[in-house]
Amino acid sequence: MNVGLFIPCYIDQFYPNAAIATLNLLSKLGITVKYPVNQTCCGQPMANSGFEHLTQGCNELFIDNFAEFDYIVSPSGSCVLHIKDHLHSPTAEEKASGIRKKVYELTEFLTDVLKVDKLSARFPHKVGVHQSCHGQRGLMLAQMTELVAAPFSKPLQLLKMVEGLELVELSRPDECCGFGGTFCVAEEAVSVKMGKDRVADHVNHGAEYITAADMSCLMHMEGILRRQNSKVKVLHIAEILNAE
Amino acid sequence: MSSATKDHAGLSDIFNKDEARVDWHDETLWFVRAKRDKAAHNLPEWESLRETASLIKNNVLSNLYNYLVEFETQAQKNGITVHWAANAEEHNRIVHGILKAHSVNRLIKSKSMLTEECHLNEYLKNNGIDVIDTDLGERIVQLAQEPPSHIVLPCIHKKKEEIGELFHEHLGTPKGMADPLFLTAAAREHLRETFLTRKAAITGVNFAVAETGEFVVCTNEGNADMGAHLADVHIACMGIEKIIPKRTNLGVFLRLLTRSATGQPITTYSSHFKKPRPGQEMHIVLVDNGRTTQLSRPDFRNSLKCIRCAACMNTCPVYRRSGGHSYHTAVAGPIGSILAPNLDMREYADLPFASTLCGSCSNVCPVKINIHEQLYKWRQVIVKEGYADPKKKLAMKAMEFTLSSPFVYKNAGKAGRWFMKHAPFTVNNKLNLWYQQREMPEVPQQSFGEWYKKNKKA
Repeated sequence: MNVGLFIPCYIDQFYPNAAIATLNLLSKLGITVKYPVNQTCCGQPMANSGFEHLTQGCNELFIDNFAEFDYIVSPSGSCVLHIKDHLHSPTAEEKASGIRKKVYELTEFLTDVLKVDKLSARFPHKVGVHQSCHGQRGLMLAQMTELVAAPFSKPLQLLKMVEGLELVELSRPDECCGFGGTFCVAEEAVSVKMGKDRVADHVNHGAEYITAADMSCLMHMEGILRRQNSKVKVLHIAEILNAE
Repeated sequence: MSSATKDHAGLSDIFNKDEARVDWHDETLWFVRAKRDKAAHNLPEWESLRETASLIKNNVLSNLYNYLVEFETQAQKNGITVHWAANAEEHNRIVHGILKAHSVNRLIKSKSMLTEECHLNEYLKNNGIDVIDTDLGERIVQLAQEPPSHIVLPCIHKKKEEIGELFHEHLGTPKGMADPLFLTAAAREHLRETFLTRKAAITGVNFAVAETGEFVVCTNEGNADMGAHLADVHIACMGIEKIIPKRTNLGVFLRLLTRSATGQPITTYSSHFKKPRPGQEMHIVLVDNGRTTQLSRPDFRNSLKCIRCAACMNTCPVYRRSGGHSYHTAVAGPIGSILAPNLDMREYADLPFASTLCGSCSNVCPVKINIHEQLYKWRQVIVKEGYADPKKKLAMKAMEFTLSSPFVYKNAGKAGRWFMKHAPFTVNNKLNLWYQQREMPEVPQQSFGEWYKKNKKA
């Protein structure tokens, strides 16, 4: 199995540990992963700001870096959703369409492709799970509370395999944290208020850690927690699934 | 609230100055959302009802002309006078014309978002006609001289103490009285008096049935019925998208509407109006006001399926924390943000950006409007049409330059991290909107790319 590792720009620059954990976790599960060193960004920040027409450079670069793989795996639901929904190329549309079908967010790759049913991970802490919107509603990593349908959650399914981990129940299991890409600065007041409320739900239920399959939501919540001098920490789900 | 100088971000910044109020607003609407969930989950067939409603509405949008003409023919046979209005102005003139013909200078009006959209109250007032809104929430915002902040709960932004104050000032209730039961009784007395003395009544329309030429008005207070039954002239105003093909379709929509709106199984009153009673005149004004333009935009036509239940507002985490007035348009929230740019792209260029694209709105929508996808699409249209902030344009160009080249990206990243570590004041300052209320991420020793090069040389 030829797997390409897609590490979003902000994880590359600010959260290398989440990327290293992803790589190590996949290696532990017997998967050889290759990281194409010339990757930059999926282009989502521009596209979601209305500048999709400026993403062509990113798209071509992405296609050059990832077309050869059987699977492309990334520790970021939001970036994966962007590629799945919006990666196009006027010159290499066939390759683009191939990529759109074989790009996976990490937890769905683990549950749906590798069909992982046990992990040798240990994390004896109280953990709150933030179901990131793009992962949950966009990639259907988990059932949303709006729909009348049976509940499921791929990230939770995996976290339940971690020894010693205690999941924290939230009052609002799938509310948005307010990060929203450039929304976090364009609508600063609302973004911060949403983040504060999201964090409070976890803190009030005794979480020691907040985790998610999306580092961007965690980055936003971490910024708020640290400004509040909170002891609660954020960790990408890969770091917990890889913890020993 | 029409505001040329303020956009959604600015207006919600003001709303967020009082955090306790934001909490209260958020919790009140979340309570409604939770009621909706309970009501929806009590119907195992909920998702198939949504699908059916969506299909009926698709059929309507594909045959809008035929259904409208069928409705007109049937309604005329029933003795209703049918009027057509191309835009808000024409709608207001038609209504005014009918009132003038009857020498009416005072009238009552039940809840109608279309008349809000057309700014009818203001128009009539300027023409010397006194309008009293009979929906309690509408009456409260009318007394406060504000527009409604929510399409189903028009005064949801007001606390009972503020309402007590307004009633004290306008209706003479005792000062400091904020008991909801008492205030409701006072409003009822005031409105009953009004009902008995007005000769003309305006109502909205929730559904108009093409097959029968009748229309249905849903209210919880019965105020529409009270007004329409006592008045000599009944004028109903509707957007042309409110048409449904057959009476049998009503069951689908009546079951979805209030469950989505407030969590009730059905509205207290779902009144069918088919023909004027002897001696009464009944008029219906069919209003386009941009709807056919929206119909002609393939990416956005779906928004015309909306039945105005407000479920998207109640579920929207942004709406709950910014308040309806921050959308500066009659229909606020996610649905308003895809309807308003169709009416005036420049004035409402900010609204499609007032969202995190979380997608909750699309999934709560009883007629399956892909709201968040349309928000994304509007952003592309608005930027292409030239309504983007020049500073944002520059930033995006710089981003394009950096991210299109691995070399530039790596060096820019390295430089950025160096500055954050060694010269934190370059980012930790007032100009950085991230930093106002959030810490910057801690700078790692190295990027993942650098780590990979050192540790995993292929």
